[in-house]
Amino acid sequence: MRTRRADGLILIGGLLLAWQAVFMLYGDLVITPPLETSRYAAHLLAQAFFWPHLEATAKAFAAGLAIASIGGLSLGLALGFHRLSGEVFEPILTALYSIPKVTLYPVILLIFGLGMSAKIAFGTIHGIVPVIIFTMDAVRNTKPVYLKVGRLFHLSVPSMARTILIPAALPEIFTGLRVGFSLTLIGTLIGEMFASLQGLGFLLMRAIGLYDVKMIMAITLLLVVFASGVNTVLLAIDRRLHHRTV
Amino acid sequence: MRLRINLLRLAVIVAAVLLVELLVRVGTISRVMLIPPSEMVLALFRLLASGRMTRDIALTLRNVGIALTFAIVLGFAGGVAVHALPRLRSILDPLFASYYAVPIFVFYPLFIVISGMGSLPLIIMGFLSAVIAMVINTLNGLDRVPAVFRKTGRVLQMGRFETVCLIILPAAAAHIFTGLKLAVAYAFIGVIAAEFILSGGGIGYEISFTYFAFDNNTMYALILLILVLVTAINMGLYAWERRVQTRVGRR
Repeated sequence: MRTRRADGLILIGGLLLAWQAVFMLYGDLVITPPLETSRYAAHLLAQAFFWPHLEATAKAFAAGLAIASIGGLSLGLALGFHRLSGEVFEPILTALYSIPKVTLYPVILLIFGLGMSAKIAFGTIHGIVPVIIFTMDAVRNTKPVYLKVGRLFHLSVPSMARTILIPAALPEIFTGLRVGFSLTLIGTLIGEMFASLQGLGFLLMRAIGLYDVKMIMAITLLLVVFASGVNTVLLAIDRRLHHRTV
Repeated sequence: MRLRINLLRLAVIVAAVLLVELLVRVGTISRVMLIPPSEMVLALFRLLASGRMTRDIALTLRNVGIALTFAIVLGFAGGVAVHALPRLRSILDPLFASYYAVPIFVFYPLFIVISGMGSLPLIIMGFLSAVIAMVINTLNGLDRVPAVFRKTGRVLQMGRFETVCLIILPAAAAHIFTGLKLAVAYAFIGVIAAEFILSGGGIGYEISFTYFAFDNNTMYALILLILVLVTAINMGLYAWERRVQTRVGRR
C-alpha cells in the first residue's frame, strides 16, 4: 500500500515536472506553468461569473449520466436476459461504440435544437453504449446455478433481477457505469463546445477564440483533476467489488 | 443457428432503415432534420463522383493513417518496454487507468498553439487518443503469454527477434487485436473530433461547414461516408482476427 502511494506521488511529480519543462521550452505564449495555473483556477472558482457555467455543465452532465445509466441498465438487462436479442444486437452495439459520435452532432442539433437538451443528448449517446454492453455481458456470464435457484423459488422477473441478477452482476455493471461516467462527461463537454452559450465547454471554446491561454489552461486543469479524481475513486470501488465476489 | 442470428440482425437493420425512410417520406420527421436514407446514399455517390470532397477525404485518411501508424508502432514498443520494467509499470498504472476518463481534446488548443494550424495538431490528437489503448492491450496480452512458451523459446535457443515474432506475438494476438481495433476507432475519433473543433480541411471540417451552410444533402452524405468507412475497417479487422485465431488454434 505504501509503495502504491509513493508510486502515485512519483507519477504526479513527474507530470508536474514535464508540464514545467514544456513551459520553460515554449514560454507563456503557449502554456502557463503549474503554480500559476492552479492559482488562476482557484481565482476562477472564486468568481461570480464562473459558477453559472459550472452549474450548467453539472446539470447537463447529471441528466445525461442519469439517462445513460438507467437506460443502459434496463436495455443491458433485457438484452442479457433474452439471449437471442443479445446475440442479434451485440455487433450493432460494438459498431455504434466505435463510430466517431462527433459526426452525429449536426443530427442531434437538428433534432433537439441549440441548448440544454442537445447537450444532454450528446452526453447520453456517448455514455449509454458501454453501460449496455457491460451490463449485457455481466448478466450473460452469471452462473446458471444462481438462476436455477431463483427459478426453484418461483421468483418473478423483477425480483429475479433484484435479488439474484443484479447482485451477481454488480462488479461488471459497476465497471460499465464507470466507463459510462467518463464518456458522458466527454460527450457533454464536446456538446458544450459546439452549441452552447453556457458551461465549461463554451468557456473553453471562447478562450480558444480569444487566445486566452490562462483560461484554457485553468479550465483544462480543473477538468483533468475532476475527471481523474472521480475515476480514481470509482476505480477503487470497482476493484473492491471485483475482489469481494472472487 | 449462426445463420438465423445473422439473418435476424440484417432484418433488424433493414427494418430500422426502412422505418426512418418511411417516417421522413410521410413527414413525421421533418426534412430539415433528416433526409431519407435512400437519398443519403444517392447524395454520397454523387459526391464521390463529383470529386468535390476528394481532397478532404484524402486529407483525413492520410492524417488518420499517420496517427495510427505511429500509435500502433510506438504503442506496441511502449507496451513491450513497460512490461519489461515492473517498477515503471506500477508508477504508470494509474495514468493508464485514468487516461480515457480525461477528455483529451481539451489539450487540442495547446497543440494548435505549439505547432500551428495544419495537419500536425490533428495527427497528434489522433495519435494521443489511440496510443494508450495499444499500450494497455499490449501489456494485457504480454501478461497472458504462458511462461512455458518463453521457456520453449529458450530451449530452442531463439534470438530475441525470433522469440517476439514466433512466440510472443501469436500468443498475445487476441489482446493485440483488441488494441488494434480500439486504436483504429480512437484514431478516427481523435482526428475527426479535432477537425470538427477547429481546422481548415478534412471530413470533420466539411461536416461542420455544410451544417452551418444548411447543406443537408452533402452533410448526411459525409456522415454516412464516415460511418461506412469505420464500420468497414472494423469488420475487416474482425475477419482478419478470426483467421489468425483459427490458425493459432484458439477457436
